[in-house]
Amino acid sequence: MSTLTWTAVCAFDDLLPERGACALVDGRQIAVFRDFDGAVYAIGNLDPFSGANVLSRGIVGTRMGEPTVASPMHKEVFSLVTGICFDDPEVVVPTYPVQVRDGRVEIAA
Amino acid sequence: MTNRRNEDVVMPATASGRAKGQGMSRVVVVGYGPTAHRFIETMRSRGFAGSLTVIGEEPRPAYDRVALTTYLTEDASLEYAVPSGITTRLSTRVTEIDRQAREVVTLDGERVPYDTLVLATGSAPFVPPVPGRGRAFVYRTIDDLEAIREASLGSTHGVVVGGGLLGLEAADALRGLGLKTGIVEIAPWLMPRQVDEGGGSVLKGHIESLGLEVHAGVMLQSIEADTVLLADGRAIPAEVVVFSAGIRPRDELARAADLEVGERGGIAVDAGMRTSDPSIYAIGECALAGGVVYGLVGPCNTMAEVAADRILGGSSTFGGSDLSTKLKLLGVEVAQFGAMEGALDVTYMDPVAGVYKRLFVSDDASTLLGGICVGDASPYTSLKGFVGKPLPASPSDLLFTGGGLSLDLPDDAQVCSCNNICAGTVREAIAEQGLTDVPSIKKCTRAGTTCGSCVPMLKQLLEKSGVEVSKALCEHFDYSRAELFDIVRVRGISTFSELVSTVGTGRGCDICKPAVASILASLNGEHVLTGELAALQDTNDHFLANIQKNGTYSVVPRIPGGEITPDKLIVIGEVARDFGLYTKITGGQRIDLFGARVEQLPQIWARLVEAGFESGHAYGKALRTVKSCVGSTWCRYGVQDSVGLAIALEQRYRGLRSPHKLKSAVSGCARECAEARSKDFGIIATEHGWNLYVAGNGGFKPRHADLLVSDVPTDELIRIIDRFLMFYIRTADRLQRTSTWLESLDGGLDYLRQVVVEDSLGLASELEAQMERHVAGYFDEWRAVLDDPDKLRRFTSFVNAPGVPDPSITFETERQQIKPVLIPLEVVRS
Ligand SMILES: Cc1cc2nc3c(=O)[nH]c(=O)nc-3n(C[C@H](O)[C@H](O)[C@H](O)COP(=O)(O)OP(=O)(O)OC[C@H]3O[C@@H](n4cnc5c(N)ncnc54)[C@H](O)[C@@H]3O)c2cc1C
Repeated sequence: MSTLTWTAVCAFDDLLPERGACALVDGRQIAVFRDFDGAVYAIGNLDPFSGANVLSRGIVGTRMGEPTVASPMHKEVFSLVTGICFDDPEVVVPTYPVQVRDGRVEIAA
Repeated sequence: MTNRRNEDVVMPATASGRAKGQGMSRVVVVGYGPTAHRFIETMRSRGFAGSLTVIGEEPRPAYDRVALTTYLTEDASLEYAVPSGITTRLSTRVTEIDRQAREVVTLDGERVPYDTLVLATGSAPFVPPVPGRGRAFVYRTIDDLEAIREASLGSTHGVVVGGGLLGLEAADALRGLGLKTGIVEIAPWLMPRQVDEGGGSVLKGHIESLGLEVHAGVMLQSIEADTVLLADGRAIPAEVVVFSAGIRPRDELARAADLEVGERGGIAVDAGMRTSDPSIYAIGECALAGGVVYGLVGPCNTMAEVAADRILGGSSTFGGSDLSTKLKLLGVEVAQFGAMEGALDVTYMDPVAGVYKRLFVSDDASTLLGGICVGDASPYTSLKGFVGKPLPASPSDLLFTGGGLSLDLPDDAQVCSCNNICAGTVREAIAEQGLTDVPSIKKCTRAGTTCGSCVPMLKQLLEKSGVEVSKALCEHFDYSRAELFDIVRVRGISTFSELVSTVGTGRGCDICKPAVASILASLNGEHVLTGELAALQDTNDHFLANIQKNGTYSVVPRIPGGEITPDKLIVIGEVARDFGLYTKITGGQRIDLFGARVEQLPQIWARLVEAGFESGHAYGKALRTVKSCVGSTWCRYGVQDSVGLAIALEQRYRGLRSPHKLKSAVSGCARECAEARSKDFGIIATEHGWNLYVAGNGGFKPRHADLLVSDVPTDELIRIIDRFLMFYIRTADRLQRTSTWLESLDGGLDYLRQVVVEDSLGLASELEAQMERHVAGYFDEWRAVLDDPDKLRRFTSFVNAPGVPDPSITFETERQQIKPVLIPLEVVRS
């Protein structure tokens, strides 16, 4: 399994620690986050509870050690690792492979 | 309220079985006060299947008479909910009991048949036969209070005749209505039934320091047009005279029907609350039980429950009741429990602090018999349960330690005397139902729901039962917001990372981060997007705008006091038009512009800032607006410049971050057009200055603000608001509005007044200095963003396509303005 197509979306330094940004990749909105330790995550930007593209603007934190984002609309909390919603595990947002290469953040979507 | 006819009440066929004991199908209650209410409630909750009719002379269902005085000061309804399936007949007076026919007759001549009759007619104030008595009022019903309120309009002086418990309450009410008030008491000191001479003199000091005049040891001679004359020849000015000289049981119906009544009044009943006619019961203040007429709700409620049980076939009895009282009158705690005399007594008196405490003990000093407290009722709380039991410590220790609050109450000690609930019952409820807070104890046990004086005891029982009342903000901090505030303040912490690594765990969440952001903003006043602070902010604070349901934002420029020049109004209109924003006028006298995408926000604000606008902080947990009426400059009724004050206040407190949003308003006269009493702090002009009201709320749980200070000049007003706001910011919970904060403060409004007006904690200068720092450090957040390229860079929809608008945001048109088109949720979730 190899042929992931990586798209560079921004410089790592463009991301603030514990804050997200949204990238437009092939017409898809992807929320990219950098956590406190410098790890990077990518999930869908669409909030499944409100139907608005806002997850990149949520507050980043942890739940029992797992990195999370809370929707800015109604505060449902999602795992940045699995995309699963803590408040309703039936609801999952997509996650995307993400890497940092040469100071650039790249997403495979 | 109108009378409801009662066709539905009679059950003709079954009535034939009535003589046979069990056929008690029609129960009629005469009098609809608190006791009647408790009776019908008990009957219903115990599944009584027959018909239940209540006939009351007042124009409303039963209400909480204990809280009567709050009728003048608060808007909360005092009325109890009418249980379902009850026939109520209001504004209907019963004039006769026809025992032969088993019917009661109303003033209209209507006859209502009963199988069982329950008299709950309460009592009536006693009005001594002095000349001019027709001019006086009594203090018993809502209608009485209405009449007193009306009479006090345009009056300046009031007198209350009777210096007992209710008399002092009435005097306080008159004072609250703006009357200079005197109290005339025939006994040599106030509250002679509850306190002894020493307590009386301490009490008098308290009462006089509040500006009330006490005339004790003197009889009322007569009531003239604008004065009352005393037996010693003095004349006291008084347009409003209120009698509170004791009560008399309303036993007139029973007397006329030849039921047995006591020599000094009261309908005689047996231990099952039955009168001398086996199908007639009497309960509450009209009843003479065991030779005593009880004038407190606690025993009245017990009587109601006993009678209900008996009618339903039970055998419970009323065995008399404790007449202990604890109350807070005019800010002074007064309590009496058990006996008012004993073989030995120990007294503690501090006339300077206004404290008097006295315990009565048995001759061998081993058994507690009773006690009296004025100025500090803590011994009541801790010791009442020990009456008749061995003393838990030496009497002087008990008095000096403020009552030694760590004593363990015995299980059978009564905690709530209004509802007759013992410590054991509360403990059991805590353990079995896993209760963790006072509201759930109230709900489960009823304790603390009537006069509320036992709430501190409930709290204590909760704490003692080992229940950890969790104050933890979230999984990352074991502290409450107020505790974190102090940690940040005392340790001088300036970042979230420092705080969470020293006293927390993990990396925070959407609960603790904005709370800490708010604390840091209140204390340090840095820009909310500076450095690490940016990561703590909710999206609203992060984009300095309010998120809407489609992910766009709205913009609210500050319009202090709601005053705006036509030129500025035109700028707002032009900006809204040029960016195609939906435009609406808010309740806070400003203008909200909706539908801006994040990348448009700096462009919109560049135009607004250029025209002289500033951030309105509609997005923040911060001061929103200070609304105003037009005030004395234009309005022919206005007595002060409300607009000028509103602008000054809005400019002083703009940008102040707080536990929740803060709203304010200023009205230029008592007509209150600015609705100041629905605000966190509201100001109403008077002839002499300003009245300050605090902790009001509109919204989900409306609450009228409470008067904190009156007739103060502007500089003092501002000083007190400074302290009030900073004290709130320091001590409130996360997202706690001032209204719930005040309700949760131990000691409530009185305590708040002590802290922010009388400076009881010595905090005032610190609070003022903190506010001064805020005022001096204020800057416009939006201008600062426009001046800082780093901050500006965040205002893009897409990090990899900064100029591209979010294609998922679309609008349609409604009433000539935009309206968001939402993505259907079924599509989203599939
Ligand atoms: C200002 C104030 C403060 C108080 N504070 C406290 C306190 O802190 N603690 C405490 O324990 N107690 C307090 N009390 C006393 C308490 O309110 C009474 O104990 C309680 O109201 C007694 O209830 P009741 O139903 O027996 O009588 P009431 O409340 O007097 O009700 C009797 C009702 O019957 C009606 N009625 C009478 N005759 C007829 C008739 N013939 N036909 C139709 N209707 C009739 C009356 O109009 C009245 O509505 C206070 C009382 C007042 C006035």
